Amino acid sequence: MFGLDALELARIQFAFTVSFHILFPAITIGLASYLAVLEGLWLKTHNDVYRDLYHFWSKIFAVNFGMGVVSGLVMAYQFGTNWSRFSDFAGAVTGPLLTYEVLTAFFLEAGFLGVMLFGWNRVGRNLHFFATVMVAIGTLVSTFWILSSNSWMQTPQGFEIVDGRVIPVDWFAVVFNPSFPFRLAHMATAAFVATAFFVGSSAAWHLLRGRDTPAIRKMLSMAMWMALIVAPAQAVIGDFHGLNTLEHQPAKIAAIEGHWENIGNEPTPLILFGLPDMKEERTKYAVEIPYMGSLILTHSLTKQVPALKEFKPEDRPNSTAVFWSFRVMVGLGLLMIFTGLWSLWLRKRGTLYSSRAFLYVALWMGPSGLIALLAGWITTEMGRQPWVVYGLLRTADGSSAHSVAQMSITLVLFVVVYFLLFGTGFGYMMRLVRKGPVSHEGDAPKQGGPGQQRTPARPLSAADDSNGNQPHSLNKGN
Amino acid sequence: MGIDLPLIWAVIIIFGIMMYVVMDGFDLGIGILFPFIKDDSDRDVMMNTVAPVWDGNETWLVLGGAGLFGAFPLAYSVVLSALYLPLILMLVGLIFRGVAFEFRFKATAEKRHLWDKAFIGGSLAATFFQGVALGAFIDGIPVVNRQFAGASLDWLTPFSMFCGLALIVAYALLGCTWLIMKTEGGLQKAMHDLARPLALGLMAVTAVVSIWTPLAHADIAQRWFSLPNLFWFLPVPVLVLLTLFAFFKAIARNANYTPFLLTLVLIFLGYSGLGISLWPNIVPPSISIWDASSPPQSQGFMLVGTLFIIPFILGYTFWSYYVFRGKVTHADGYH
Repeated sequence: MFGLDALELARIQFAFTVSFHILFPAITIGLASYLAVLEGLWLKTHNDVYRDLYHFWSKIFAVNFGMGVVSGLVMAYQFGTNWSRFSDFAGAVTGPLLTYEVLTAFFLEAGFLGVMLFGWNRVGRNLHFFATVMVAIGTLVSTFWILSSNSWMQTPQGFEIVDGRVIPVDWFAVVFNPSFPFRLAHMATAAFVATAFFVGSSAAWHLLRGRDTPAIRKMLSMAMWMALIVAPAQAVIGDFHGLNTLEHQPAKIAAIEGHWENIGNEPTPLILFGLPDMKEERTKYAVEIPYMGSLILTHSLTKQVPALKEFKPEDRPNSTAVFWSFRVMVGLGLLMIFTGLWSLWLRKRGTLYSSRAFLYVALWMGPSGLIALLAGWITTEMGRQPWVVYGLLRTADGSSAHSVAQMSITLVLFVVVYFLLFGTGFGYMMRLVRKGPVSHEGDAPKQGGPGQQRTPARPLSAADDSNGNQPHSLNKGN
Repeated sequence: MGIDLPLIWAVIIIFGIMMYVVMDGFDLGIGILFPFIKDDSDRDVMMNTVAPVWDGNETWLVLGGAGLFGAFPLAYSVVLSALYLPLILMLVGLIFRGVAFEFRFKATAEKRHLWDKAFIGGSLAATFFQGVALGAFIDGIPVVNRQFAGASLDWLTPFSMFCGLALIVAYALLGCTWLIMKTEGGLQKAMHDLARPLALGLMAVTAVVSIWTPLAHADIAQRWFSLPNLFWFLPVPVLVLLTLFAFFKAIARNANYTPFLLTLVLIFLGYSGLGISLWPNIVPPSISIWDASSPPQSQGFMLVGTLFIIPFILGYTFWSYYVFRGKVTHADGYH
């Protein structure tokens, strides 16, 4: 298909399904913690605005969680269907880590999600708060396991190779491999930032339409405090993550920088923009700042950064792609920091909720966190090529032996089905966002849930927009 | 010898798949029976009977996949790549079914029929390709150097196609008897009328599969008809016939619960027959659970968490079935 070989199609297919999937867990992680904070603040201050916001966002959380589960089902099988040689080679390490991730997710669903989504009027306030906090912690524990697995593939340790396959010898070393703490912090923070901008954007949308209520203001205010504090923190974490990558995956850094060779002892410049050309082995149209590359990556003005030509051509990642994906991520990050600072300035002047220019920016920044998150993952995953397990197994040696025709059919199938179904799901989430928070929601017992007849205790059902959107009489419950 | 970890993991995964087949079986069966029921409110009732539980049922499928990856990476990699297309089509079917389930109730009236079709199509596709994958698995998977060594369409055999059809009949009967148990009035009557032909159909396809399997697979015939295996195997067809006899009697006296329970027995017997035919191979015809297992460090590490969490999942499962016990009527709202 389009002249792509089976390996490229397999990579595109995995990239497509996992990119679609990651958007849902990212928002799940962020919203779960946001909900825990909202409920905690409500219990502490008894300000009903927090409770109304809790009910509003828990519905969106529920739809989002449901779609994360459905898109995750495919991921549990993709390693075997598309990457069988990788699975056989590294399954002894990555399989158990994935199992722990799945177990954590189900433990959550079995234990606390039902109470969180359906138990508002059935359990005590503190127990309900406890369930919400457990769900928030649980999403982070799931993140812990899946990122441990990914990080181990980037910086493997704690294993030996017997009969050409990986055998774990020290699980502590496997789980806490060198890049794991940085990647975990970077990803969890990315989820928080992405959620903050999603929430802020929703608030801006309502304010721009004149729905100026205390709950909407609170949404915007909280989101912008997050932007102000967490977006710069993310830049610092990202810097540490980059230094860790420089130590363990120097070729990735060279490709991100579009830096081809070191001449003499000349310090490395920072290439702001340009077009790395893998064939000509140079970065065309480069706009450089002298010394800055050394300064950012080695925190000195004299040390050099590794250059791509120091690596054999077959060991180089695609610089054209990661050079730009990295800049998309950083550029959006800077925009987010700017938005946070602007919000502080407007807050001081008392015009945070009325500046239309700012509200439009906040609206359009809604997807910025998710786009930056995807750009970051593209950078780290394409940047570790040609390895699937860094230094141990090449991606080309990890795939299943499928034909181009077979890979093309399934890729088209996934693209069509995902856009159709998750597009509908996303549309439904937007419908909920447009409705906005409702005052005193949750005073009356909600229908269904555990302990009640006939209503399911599962995530998507918690999201019931029964305000005339459902013409079918049976849906309204009794 | 200490603890036989591969054996424990094989038992966990076999149990997980059994839980999946039984529980998702009647969900999918309801999708398969949808075309037979035209009335919109009857269709609502059908979906309501499984609405509270269906997605928990898929839990076992995900757990099975991840568990297989960690405990038997060789089987995971070989079987999943050999059955690539049927498994992907099964997953796509399941996604369609799952999402249709949710959005059917949230859709506007004019779009509802689209989600009905997605629900029917998803259920049929998921069931058929599950059966095809099972048939191809029984057919055996050639392995050279720990890799699938066949061609991409090896799974496409008359036998595997027939297994796909057979599973549709089996799940339809599960769904049908589930509805007899969970509904009343006209819908229950309609299901009652369907139960007998479906059971006869299941009897026929089971007979065909049971004859076809040893004829087409010499190694399985060898297992069946050698001693002492024959003593293990012989009770299975006898029990199947006894169960069917009891089933028809239960239908004749308009029983509510018995047909479903007996169908579960039938499914369990079929599953046992399959187990006896293949054990202890995890990749037929020649790779055993011990050949395919990951090192003890991996299986032991996973076992700690699994043994801790499975009781919670089981407890929650039983609790939700308990909460939603009893008949579903037209008066019952869903949301």
